[in-house]
Amino acid sequence: MVEVEPGEELVATAKEEILWRIRRATRDVPKDERPESIHVERGYRKEGDSQREEIVERFADNVAEYQATVHIVGEDELPEAIAAACKKRGVERLVIPPALPEAWRPEGLELLRDAARPNLTNEELDGSDGVLTGCALGIAQTGTIVLDAGPTQGRRALTLLPDYHLCVVREEQIVDLVPEAFAKLAETVREEGRAVTFISGPSATSDIELNRVEGVHGPRTLEVLVVREAGASDS
Amino acid sequence: MTTKAPDAFSGGASKTPTFEESAKASLSDAQLRRNLGKATQTIREKRKVAVEELPDWEKLREAGRALKTRVMRHLDEYLLQLEESVTRAGGKVHWARDAEEANRIIAGIAKSHDAEEVVKVKSIATDETKLNEHLESEGIRAIETDLAELIIQLAGETSSHILVPAIHKNRAEIRELFLRELDVKDLSDDPAALTEAARRHLREKFLKAKVGISGANFAVAETGTVCVVESEGNGRMCTTVPPVLVTLMGVEKVIPAWQDFEVFMQLLPRSSTAERMNPYTSFWTGTSEDDGPQEFHLVLLDNGRTDVLDDEIGRQSLNCIRCSACLNVCPVYERTGGHAYNSVYPGPIGAILTPQLVGIGKPGPDSLPYASSLCGACYEVCPVKINIPEVLIHLRGKVIRHKQDGDGLRSKLDPENVAMQAMAKTFSDIRLYEASQKLARIGQWPLARSGAIHRLPGRLSGWTSVRDLKPVPEQSFREWWKSNREKS
Repeated sequence: MVEVEPGEELVATAKEEILWRIRRATRDVPKDERPESIHVERGYRKEGDSQREEIVERFADNVAEYQATVHIVGEDELPEAIAAACKKRGVERLVIPPALPEAWRPEGLELLRDAARPNLTNEELDGSDGVLTGCALGIAQTGTIVLDAGPTQGRRALTLLPDYHLCVVREEQIVDLVPEAFAKLAETVREEGRAVTFISGPSATSDIELNRVEGVHGPRTLEVLVVREAGASDS
Repeated sequence: MTTKAPDAFSGGASKTPTFEESAKASLSDAQLRRNLGKATQTIREKRKVAVEELPDWEKLREAGRALKTRVMRHLDEYLLQLEESVTRAGGKVHWARDAEEANRIIAGIAKSHDAEEVVKVKSIATDETKLNEHLESEGIRAIETDLAELIIQLAGETSSHILVPAIHKNRAEIRELFLRELDVKDLSDDPAALTEAARRHLREKFLKAKVGISGANFAVAETGTVCVVESEGNGRMCTTVPPVLVTLMGVEKVIPAWQDFEVFMQLLPRSSTAERMNPYTSFWTGTSEDDGPQEFHLVLLDNGRTDVLDDEIGRQSLNCIRCSACLNVCPVYERTGGHAYNSVYPGPIGAILTPQLVGIGKPGPDSLPYASSLCGACYEVCPVKINIPEVLIHLRGKVIRHKQDGDGLRSKLDPENVAMQAMAKTFSDIRLYEASQKLARIGQWPLARSGAIHRLPGRLSGWTSVRDLKPVPEQSFREWWKSNREKS
């Protein structure tokens, strides 16, 4: 808060003054008008009507369009796919969140688990070769991966400081349209206030002559493994 | 650091040139015009594709407009609700009447943590308050971390576009700048190599910083969630890595509920960078244990916004979500670039926001509502349907009235003013009107060449300096009617 100088006790606080200015500026608004009196027509699409197969395909296509690598794998192929991705990338020191499923943990690598207290330091994260996480949601319409700091994802710095992010998205986590994602996240935000991050491709800039360059400050390489539900066909 | 040229928000006695004066410089810079032409055309075409992909685009625009209208009409309630939500989530809310107050609050927070350097993610609000200059005067260095912002900060320049601030610089110029300022050797002018140099330079700054500073694209009254939309990851860095985070936002950035993101997060990325979704969006709600900054300050800034709110027609300018679509479609902006507007808000939206925020009666900002051909392209692309041409015309009226109301000889002798008053008199009296037509026919013969008057004499020459004038015809309609119809 703004400190009141001695002898200025009668002067309104900044908050009081700004609120007073707003009320004066909106004196044309009828006294009995409630915010809800201004009708908001939400006639836009709230839910998609695509088949699951189509949704998964669209998600994979749109993620790939951002210059991220996408693989669609069966449940039983996942550990192998994770190991292969890490090997191809040359990862030796891999950061993992506190509650990464046991089966996902690749063997033969140095795993840096971010167990609470003490957490990994920023320097440890910065010095790692990559990070492996799950996610909260995927959005097919925009090719977006949503993180909500849940147990398979960990805190935000984990997916920010390493230069390589390998992310596992389960088929059933993918929604079709943007509004579906915000609806699903509402409870986490309202009840737990956890941070939410939308990731659509690796970080990018078009600041130099509008040439797109992948990788400025976040992980420069994003690789996504979409896991088919057990029993679903995979090709 | 180089001193920046003053703009409309520099305050004090600083006066900015008019748009017309500044535009002349940009129009004669061939390199700038090439860069701008290429850039605006590329973004324009991409935006069209991104928008056409959504069959419900018009419905989203309408919802966005309605939500913003709701917020502006009940801004006091929403701000109080936001303060309560942020406080409940562990943040601290500050209120700032003007730029100076906001800067003082932010510098105070930085000093209380003994920060000598702070990292910043691009925020036009902080450009508006001249936060960097203020921090510097208090001995705190503000590091801009957007690639483009870093470029113009190193060059000691100002932004020329809301979204791509260094649009006026090409790769060769950037390479030279980095070689000089970033302590690197052997640098090619490949954008990827230039980006890598910036990444290395800034990574060290992020890890060392005690305080991060950001703006906000949206803040949710219902939950207290603040949102930063970005591409490079420096927004995530600034809002996650330093132990203390300070966010400065204009009071108009509040939105009612979490659900409303389903509208704005569809409208903004497609209008702005023409992407389905921008690479990174961060949403944080106060502080979270063991995740990100453990201290969060939200500074709510007025700085003229309540004056904009006070005008029932101008109020819609506050609906702006800073996408920059209107810049890219504007035929005037495309040719002059952003610097001609002498404001942190360039282009059509700047032409209506700037004079309202700083107040009518200053020659520079007063000239901005005229920096338009009123073609309406800006209104058509605006994702929240701000009727920019309507506000432009409204502001032109306000500028004229302000001039007329001004006492003193200057406004009485203003040629446009005198001419308009004489015209009003003539048009309201039929005998005077007809007599003046006859007189004009005699008087115009030395001026009317090839069916148009190209140059009026003396003090009237201003009118014809940018347009031709149709001569008074040999016979007016009224005269024709008299001689052809009234006889029979």
